Amino acid sequence: MICFENVSIAYEKGSPVLSGLSFTIENAEAVGLIGANGSGKTTLMRVLLGLMPYEGTVTVDGLPVRKENLREIRKKIGLVLQNSDSQMFMPTVYEDIMFAPLNYGMSREEAEKRTDDVLEKLGLTELKHRHNHKISGGEKRMAAIATVLAMDPEAMIMDEPTSALDPYNRRVVINTIRSLPNTKLIASHDLDMILDTCDRVILLGGGGIAADGPAEKVLQDRELLETNRLELPLRYQ
Amino acid sequence: MDKINRAALELREMDDLAARQSPVHSLHPLAKLVTTIAYILVTVSFGKYDLSGLLTMALYPIILFSVSGISMRTCFYKLRYVLPLVCAVGLFNPFFDKAPILYIGKLGASGGVISMITLMLKGVLCLQASFLLAATTQMDALCAALRKIRVPGMLVTMLLLTYRYISVMVDEVSVMTTAYKLRAPGQKGIHISAWGSFLGQLLLRSMDRADELYVSMQLRGFAGEFQYADVKRAEVRDWLFAILLPAAFILLRYCNVAELLGQLLSRGTGAI
Repeated sequence: MICFENVSIAYEKGSPVLSGLSFTIENAEAVGLIGANGSGKTTLMRVLLGLMPYEGTVTVDGLPVRKENLREIRKKIGLVLQNSDSQMFMPTVYEDIMFAPLNYGMSREEAEKRTDDVLEKLGLTELKHRHNHKISGGEKRMAAIATVLAMDPEAMIMDEPTSALDPYNRRVVINTIRSLPNTKLIASHDLDMILDTCDRVILLGGGGIAADGPAEKVLQDRELLETNRLELPLRYQ
Repeated sequence: MDKINRAALELREMDDLAARQSPVHSLHPLAKLVTTIAYILVTVSFGKYDLSGLLTMALYPIILFSVSGISMRTCFYKLRYVLPLVCAVGLFNPFFDKAPILYIGKLGASGGVISMITLMLKGVLCLQASFLLAATTQMDALCAALRKIRVPGMLVTMLLLTYRYISVMVDEVSVMTTAYKLRAPGQKGIHISAWGSFLGQLLLRSMDRADELYVSMQLRGFAGEFQYADVKRAEVRDWLFAILLPAAFILLRYCNVAELLGQLLSRGTGAI
């Protein structure tokens, strides 16, 4: 579904943040993207959505990430931002969830049905007409996931989906992520969450991929994690 | 709570007011928009000495405040910064137009005083009507109505985004002010030496937040034109509101009801 081939990404010419990236993510695979601050996790996700220039080849379902394909690619991939306040810009949860289906040409009736389905699926029906600025952080995060799910994307990219959540809401979000059948790419420092939700982990470090393998194997390698300024997940400590 | 937080709260209060339920809130946004435009046009068209005619135009906001359940006090409170400016418009008229044109008993009022009061009243009434429109209609619905009357899409999108981004900027100012105050105890406001860096940081942070919001919109299919979610069909009562009220305004403009009532009353008194 997602394919990176010898990709280099640079903010300034000549000094790449990431280089020589090559990996493939299959359909319905759940992949954790981990790495220290500044290792390039968010940058990589931005490249995948055509928000940053790159060198090499990036394809989504065979479509190269180029300007002419962006609308199609962005329909296939939904991004849940780290800051839910930036994700939710309409006055109410309902209007925010309707935003994408309407933009993608769905009729009002279909969009409403899709919105109701998503809210029901995530157990958020009572939030439907609530104002975005009046819901809690946990509810906002769930609503942000709902706004993306309403696009019915084939893949979901999540940037720190459990950051700044209390334990209960964190667990709700983890269970929700686990229940989603979509292809998932989750960037996070919450390694326990990555263990709970992902089968595979890509570790970014040293300007490239430091490790790529089964989550349980990579996340038990103390030396590898510490070399890349990470720690073992709590359950392995 | 500091001024910035209060400003953020007040902005959000407008959304809350617009989300209430009342017969006025449930009217079609286009009907309210058309009626408000007609009201403003008719109100400003009154002559500068036509105070009695203008007074009857106050009926519209009075009735709408009562039906919508929004207090007039809220309106005056929210407009507290604009009202003095509006009232200042005709402040110098009494100095230039001194000829008395109205006598109440032995007390004469000059044309300048009457035109000043008329100007002030026009301003206040127009502001009230605009406030009522904003306080009973969600911004998105209002923008959808503006598009219906063929206001260019770019302008409407700019209006909507400005409205959204103002709260983003106010949030940023609030965070920065709090951070500053916590490290500058006992200081009133932000010291002039920090203004430059404060404004620079505010600009950069607001741009980052705005960029993030825009990315979120782009990734959800936004291509420059908003698709408005909550657009309902106009019903008979919406049409009646949009046709009958502007007609009534025009009637009030050309037929001085206050004067007619006065004549009727004085005739009645004479008969007795």
